[in-house]
Amino acid sequence: MEPGSGAEPDMSQLLAEIGRTRDLDRFELLFRHFAPRLKTYMARTGSAAGAEELMQETLTTVWNKATLYDPAKGAASTWIFSIARNLRIDAYRREKHPQFDENDPAFQPAEEPTAVQRIEAEQSARLVRSALARLPAEQAEVMRLAFFEDNSQTDIADALKLPLGTVKSRMRLALGKLRTALGDAGDIR
Amino acid sequence: MSINHHIADDLLLSYAAGSLAEGWSLAVATHLSLCADCRARLAAAEAAGGQMLETIDGGAVEAGSWTALRGRLAPAPPATTPAKASAGEVAVLPKPLRDYVGGDVEAIRWSAIGTAGAQFRIKTADRETQVRLLRIPAGKPVPEHTHRGRELTVVLSGAFSDGVGRFARGGVEDADDSIEHIPTATPEADCICLAVTDAPLRFRSLLVRALQPFLGI
Repeated sequence: MEPGSGAEPDMSQLLAEIGRTRDLDRFELLFRHFAPRLKTYMARTGSAAGAEELMQETLTTVWNKATLYDPAKGAASTWIFSIARNLRIDAYRREKHPQFDENDPAFQPAEEPTAVQRIEAEQSARLVRSALARLPAEQAEVMRLAFFEDNSQTDIADALKLPLGTVKSRMRLALGKLRTALGDAGDIR
Repeated sequence: MSINHHIADDLLLSYAAGSLAEGWSLAVATHLSLCADCRARLAAAEAAGGQMLETIDGGAVEAGSWTALRGRLAPAPPATTPAKASAGEVAVLPKPLRDYVGGDVEAIRWSAIGTAGAQFRIKTADRETQVRLLRIPAGKPVPEHTHRGRELTVVLSGAFSDGVGRFARGGVEDADDSIEHIPTATPEADCICLAVTDAPLRFRSLLVRALQPFLGI
């Protein structure tokens, strides 16, 4: 951000607008916000050497797919995170990230909108942010190791010298709290 | 049709983080194709990823980074016409699995195991898992069943039951080696399922064994 430029626009609205208008000047605002974050993400989950290029690839994909972004389905940060994650799995681990496809004839659609879809993207982003901030330190640490250092559950157990079952239960507790914050009362398992 | 057995939160979280090996991820994506509830739970985990990205300390991008990127961007989006399923089209295997098999169930090249069962191995790039499709004959127990560590089984057609419960299309059994169970297909039809297990230890130590003569161990 330029100094003194005031508050940043709402990124979800901005991304939806870019999808409609294909306005490069507006896209530069999105770049200024996300490029440094994406570069850090790529450096931490892989290597510093490839981080700039992977950040550029992520934002190129964001630009190309912006017309498909639907703010009703989640915040821009969530959508961009998913694109970055898929690119770095491919680049660093040379593995695929199998994903469901809504146009698949075998796909089972939801019968009614779920809690996550009923609330506005920015409201849900706020709820998730505050739930993350309230997580106990040991659950937050497991989240960070999984999301930002590309650690498998076994890697995390080794790094923290914990039984694998403890890592799994911390992950379950953390996701349970996030879902509760989003008003998902239906608890599975 | 509602599914009674789902993907555990720890797997969904690791999948959302992108830190779950490809084999496990294939089982998760197969279940997600069939289960709207778990897709909603995944959305919460991915939203956490998005918010963690928001709060990360941004590093410095290279000078001229925006100019370089701008030069790469085409003004109009590439024509993307998602392949809509045509009306009446059906598939037994969800898309993530069809991509590995190269088609639907008729494309599976089964090889016999036991007297009547069959399996088909699926190759992934990870070295942590072993991925197979299994066909259990109607009314029969799974032909060969030993595993170490975790085992995820996702039912694709038919159903099986064991001491834990009854599992039908989309249902996931998440077992570790502490569970003694003999999955048996229900009598009305053969049961086809995706089974992902921790790779046998001998696979992982293959490199060490190959090097043993040189290492003198």
